[in-house]
Order: sequence, then structure tokens, then C-alpha cells
Amino acid sequence: MTHRHFQDELDALKARLVAMAGLAEEAVRSAVTALLERNEAMAKSVVSRDNAIDDLEIQIEETCVSLLALQQPMARDLRLITAAMKISGDLERVGDHAVNIAEAVHWLIESPLFPVLPEIEEMVRLSTAMLRDALDAFIRGDTALAREILKRDDRVDELHENTFRILLTHMMEDPRKISAGMDLLLVSGNLERIADLATNICEEGIYLVEGRVVKHHAEERAQPAPTG
Amino acid sequence: MSGERPGPDVRVPRPSVARAPEAPPAGEPPPAPTNRNDDRFDVRLRARARFGTVFAVLCFLATLIGVLVLAALLVDIFRDGFHRLTPAFLNGMPSRFVERAGIKPALVGSAWVMVLTAIVSFPLGVGTAIWLEEYAPNNRFTRIVQTNIANLAGVPSIVYGILGLTLFVRGFALGRSILAAAFTLSLLILPVVIIASQEAIKAVPNSIRLGAYALGATRWEAIRYQVFPLALPGIMTGTILALSRAIGEAAPVIMVGALGFISFVPTRPLDGFTVIPFQIFSWVSRPQVAFQELAAAASIVLLALLLTMNAAAIWLRNRYTRKF
Amino acid sequence: MSAIHVPAGPIELESRALSVYYGGTPAVRDVSIQIPDRKVVAFIGPSGCGKSTLLRCFNRMNDLVPGARVTGEAIFQGQNLYGTGVDPVDVRRRIGMVFQKPNPFPKSIYDNVAFGPRINGYRDDLDQLVEHSLRQAALWDEVKDRLDDSALALSGGQQQRLCIARALAVAPEVLLMDEPASALDPIATQKIEELIYELKQNYTVVIVTHNMQQAARVSDLTAFLYLGSVVEYGPTQTLFTNPREERTEAYITGRFG
Repeated sequence: MTHRHFQDELDALKARLVAMAGLAEEAVRSAVTALLERNEAMAKSVVSRDNAIDDLEIQIEETCVSLLALQQPMARDLRLITAAMKISGDLERVGDHAVNIAEAVHWLIESPLFPVLPEIEEMVRLSTAMLRDALDAFIRGDTALAREILKRDDRVDELHENTFRILLTHMMEDPRKISAGMDLLLVSGNLERIADLATNICEEGIYLVEGRVVKHHAEERAQPAPTG
Repeated sequence: MSGERPGPDVRVPRPSVARAPEAPPAGEPPPAPTNRNDDRFDVRLRARARFGTVFAVLCFLATLIGVLVLAALLVDIFRDGFHRLTPAFLNGMPSRFVERAGIKPALVGSAWVMVLTAIVSFPLGVGTAIWLEEYAPNNRFTRIVQTNIANLAGVPSIVYGILGLTLFVRGFALGRSILAAAFTLSLLILPVVIIASQEAIKAVPNSIRLGAYALGATRWEAIRYQVFPLALPGIMTGTILALSRAIGEAAPVIMVGALGFISFVPTRPLDGFTVIPFQIFSWVSRPQVAFQELAAAASIVLLALLLTMNAAAIWLRNRYTRKF
Repeated sequence: MSAIHVPAGPIELESRALSVYYGGTPAVRDVSIQIPDRKVVAFIGPSGCGKSTLLRCFNRMNDLVPGARVTGEAIFQGQNLYGTGVDPVDVRRRIGMVFQKPNPFPKSIYDNVAFGPRINGYRDDLDQLVEHSLRQAALWDEVKDRLDDSALALSGGQQQRLCIARALAVAPEVLLMDEPASALDPIATQKIEELIYELKQNYTVVIVTHNMQQAARVSDLTAFLYLGSVVEYGPTQTLFTNPREERTEAYITGRFG
């Protein structure tokens, strides 16, 4: 493989990543729809389609290792490959969280009718939007959008905390609601994690474009330092 | 670095970064930078440069001596002989009478001998060189041959004369002819031609041969199309320089029977003949000053011939090397 | 599991128990590997490991090294190259070679490419063949207006591509390349590597390189040689990401050699 063909390999890698992103996004969307509509069939399909996401993660990882060994990529190419490895890991976990949410649907259907909290509904909206926009920002290299998405995570964390308190109150009032409450709490946790993974993807995207590490709030913590 | 000096048996390591020189007293120019830790070297730059200059001057003087001697020789010859260079001289036959003496037979004889020598020695010499360099296996026989060729280059020319007399004049029954002289002189210059050609062939980089072989060329094709054209300028230069030596040889030619007094112009290879060096020798042997002048004139002619041949060598070499 | 991979598909070149001795010293010891059709195989290893010597066995160029002795077999399309009655001149036409240092003939660009076809009795349109060969070597556009210029006026990278064109002009089936880019600058090297990738569509290529990364970039299969023997031979991807042999791993990670 040489320069032109290395480029082809990189494009193929990106395409596979985009495909995986699509599957992950779809999984989340189906899972939350199944949750809101109490649709067990849809929930089951989410679980069964997770294999495809896992397979893609393995493929992408193997491709990345191979490219690193055989092509000695530098600079942006190198960052693309390491970012792809990380993002595929993040996407695989997004898929797993979607599966968790889908599995909760089953238990929620069985328990007494428990309204889905508006907080959770808002978390659903925000998290899915963050995931979609994060992938969009990565593909287009839009670091401004990526940075903006990072800020939205605070709201999701806030909602998760609120959800926790509300559910706790409900559960303390009526012990029969504990089971459903716990399930909803887990759903909320999964949604919060999906939002976090979306921020990871944004951080990887910024690193890819700018070469700047912004994770763990590095930008806010760092003194003005020379850019690498 | 706290002021302790290392003991006498401790090697002082050279620091990788020169320390900054201390600031000079105000108002004075900064001292020239020195590498203060290099006490191990006694550089003596000026003495060495002086010695170099002395040596260069000596070489120049050596050159000058050679040039001056040559110049003196040329001036002497021209002064003596130039006025004798007339068309009558060039076109005339030798004679007891100075005014009528000419070198036509010698000139024609030399020309004949040169051409025939070239025709004989070139293929023999170049063929031998190609065999030795390209085909011959590296065994004892080859080494013996190689050594003996080098030895033959040093054999005195009169010995070749004796060989020529025995082998060509009597053995081959060629008589005292141009042909016999040409064969004899060919033998004389053959070692030089072989060695010069070998050097030229050796100078062709082996990568060229390998490149040709890798394309499916036979050994002959590689030689004919790649090695030989590249070696040719060197071969020709060597051959013509060897011929230049041959043209000036008197001893072997005398042995083989150049005529001391000749009254005809040779027209066939088996004719009797004489050559310019012999003619010069004949005239120089006469007491009269006029004949000395004729000898000088003949020397000029010989030198002119040599110059022409060398110029031809250079022209031929340039013509073939000009391409690439 | 043997560390010597047996490739699938048609085998173009093969060595069986091939050994080469210079005087009494073995430079290549009992090597048996198979080179598949239209793939790029790289020989890597530290200096003096015998990779160039092994390469030269396949076009009988070791015959030209005084004192070299070859035992074993080198099979090309089923025929032993060292069998009786095999003419090395014919072998060298069908198995071409490109050398480490570009060695164009001191002739014109046209004559360089035309030399091989001429001595091999090419009967068709020579101009077309020269153009086709130069195109295959990705050199045509750079020299098409100056075919009569001296080949020595070209840059190093161009000269090497000219040597490749020259080798291709006699329509070989295999191309042996002995460190073809080691004398070239990085840009020229990259051009040669891309060229090799193109060439493998039509030719089997065996390349010796001391640059591991080049082998990784360019080849389909790689053989790691050490002290005249093949330590490991397999698909490039496997050899560089997960070699079977300790010594291979040590060499690739730069821990020796």
C-alpha cells in the first residue's frame, strides 16, 4: 500500500465508522422510542441488532492496528486512526447502553404504570441530539459545534440528578414503585452515559482537527501553554 | 566544577558546550575565541602551512625545469633547421648534395610503417585485452600471461629488432621490407596497447555489465554494445600514444633492414624502405654542419607528425566521448 | 505450525533447499519458499543475512560472481532454473532485475529502453514498445519530449524508473528488485513504491529491502531472513502485527539488527 492507496484505506475506515455511528444512533433511537411507547417488539430488535455494532468495533480496531503497523501514519492520519479506535469503542458502549434501556422496557411494562418523567423525556431529547450532533461534528470536522455540544452535557447531568431525587421521593413514598423506579433510574443513568460518550466523541473530534487535547476539562484547567 | 583539578592520570573530558568566555574588562575588544580545553593537540598551523607552500614551490620548479628543457630543445631544433624546410626538401630524394637532399622516401616509409603497424597492433592488442579482462578465468595461466605482458613492455627495443630480423625477415622470408618493420614495431608496442586497453576496459563500471546481463544479453553482446564503446576512447588514446612511440624508433627498424641510403620511394609492403629517425641518424653522422641542419629539419618534420598523431588521438577521443 | 507460510494460488517462483556458498562460506542455507503469482514478496533482514544473494539466485546472476556455488533448486513455472540445458541468458530475459544503484547505460533514454528488445530480436514497433515501457514505469510524461537526451542527465529517481522501464521492455514475467529505493530521496522512494503497487497487477515482484517500513507498505508477503535462513515467511499484515517467531519480533521492534 502506498500513498494513494493508504488514502483509500483511510476513507474506507471513515466510512465504516460512519456506518457504525448510524447503527448506534439508530439503536438509541429505537430503544428510547420503545421506552416511551412501551413497545416490547422494538426493544427486542434493539438487543438483537447489537451484534452488528460489536462486530464493527472489532473490525475497526483490527483495521486501525493494521494501518498503524503497516503504514507508519503521521500527524493527522495518525490522529484519525487513534480517534477512530476510541470512537468505535465509545460507539460500542453507546450500543450497550441502548441495549440496557431496551431491556428495561420489558420490566417497565410488567410493573404498574409508571409515567415516564418529563425529565427523562428531556434527557432523551438532549442525549439523542448530542449523539447525532457529535457524530456530525466529527465527520465534518466542525470544532465549534463540538465545543458547543460539550456545554450541553451540564444540562443532562443536572437532569439526571433531578431525576434521581424525584424517583427517590417516589420510591420512598410508595415501596411498590421501587422496582419500576430503579429501572427508570437505570434508564436515566444510561441516557446520561450516552451524553457523556457523545462528549467523548466531540473531544476526539477536536483532537483530530486541532491536535489539542480537551478532555477532562483540560482546556479550562490548563495555563496558557504553547500549542503542540 | 568546584575548583578541584583532576589528577595527572585522569583524562580531562572535553565539554560538549564551550563555556561562555568571561566578560572582558570594559573598553577592550573581546578576546578571540579559543578552545581552551584542547591541550592535547599541538596544532602548529602556521608551520604546516609553510611546509605546504614549500612543497608546492618545489613541484612548480620541477615542472618549470621540464618545460624549460623542452623549450630549449625546440628552440634549438627550429633555429638550426627551420630554414631548410622547403617543399623541395619534403619532396626530394636524399643526396650527397645538401641543396638537393630531401626526405620524401623517409616520409613515405614512415607513413607506410605506421599505418601497417596500426593495422596489425590494434586488433591484436585490443583482442588480447578483451580476452584477459572479460573472458579469461582467474587462474594461474592467466596470471602468467598478464605478468609477462607487463615484462615485455620493458624489453629494450633493439631486442625486438633482433627478434624481427630472425622471425620476420628470415623466418617468414619477408626480407628487409616495410612489412617486416611493421610486424616488428607491432610486437614492440603490443604490450603497451594491451595494457592501455585493459585499463580502459577495467575503467568501465561493472554495474553497466550487470545491467546488460540482467536484460538477457550474452557476454559478447554486453562487451560489444556496452563495454567496448565506453572503453574505446581510452583504447584509442593508448594505441595512438603507443604508435607515437613507434614512429620515433630507430634501433629495431635498423635491425630489420631500413636502408641507410635510399634512392627510390617505396610503393609496396614488401619494398625496401627507410624511416625518418634513421634518416636523421644518417645525416647527423655526417660532419658537415649543413647536414646537421638537415637533421634538425627532419626532426621538425617528425615532431610535426607526432603532434598530428596526438591531435588525431584527442580529436577521436572527443568525438566518441562527446556523446555522453 | 511452521513459520514458513505456503501461499494459496498459483506459484510463480519457488526455491527448494537452495544454498549458496562463496568459497566455503554459506551465504544462503537451505531455503525453501514459494512466491505466488502477481504478488509482491519482500525479503527483509539485517545486513549480510543473505537476502540479496537469495534474490540473485532467481535470475542466475550468482553465476557471475566468481567463487559462488549454488546447490538445490530454483523453480520457475515448474522448471528448475539450475537444471541442465537451461540457458541463463534466457532466464535473465524472463526474470528481470533492478539494482540498488540506478545503472542506466550512458546512452540516450530511448536507447536505454530499446537495448534489451534489440538484442532479443524484437520484431514489432520499437517506438511503441519504448513508450509503453516508459508509461508502465510512470516516466513517460517526464521524458517524452527528450527521448534522445542522455539518460545520465536524469535525476536519481528518474534514472531508477528508467531502469525499471528498461527491465520491463523485454516483457519479463518476474521482476526482482534489489533495494531499488535505498539510493533515492523520500519523494522518489514514494514514487517507486507506488509504481511497485501498480506493477503487481501484471508482474510478480520480489523486492529486497533493508527498510522494514517499506516492506510493510509495499508487500503482500514478507520473508525475514537471518544468517542465510528464512526465519519466518508469511502475509505481511500478520508478520508485522503478530509475528510467530521471537527473532522476527526482535528484529521488527528494532531490538536487534
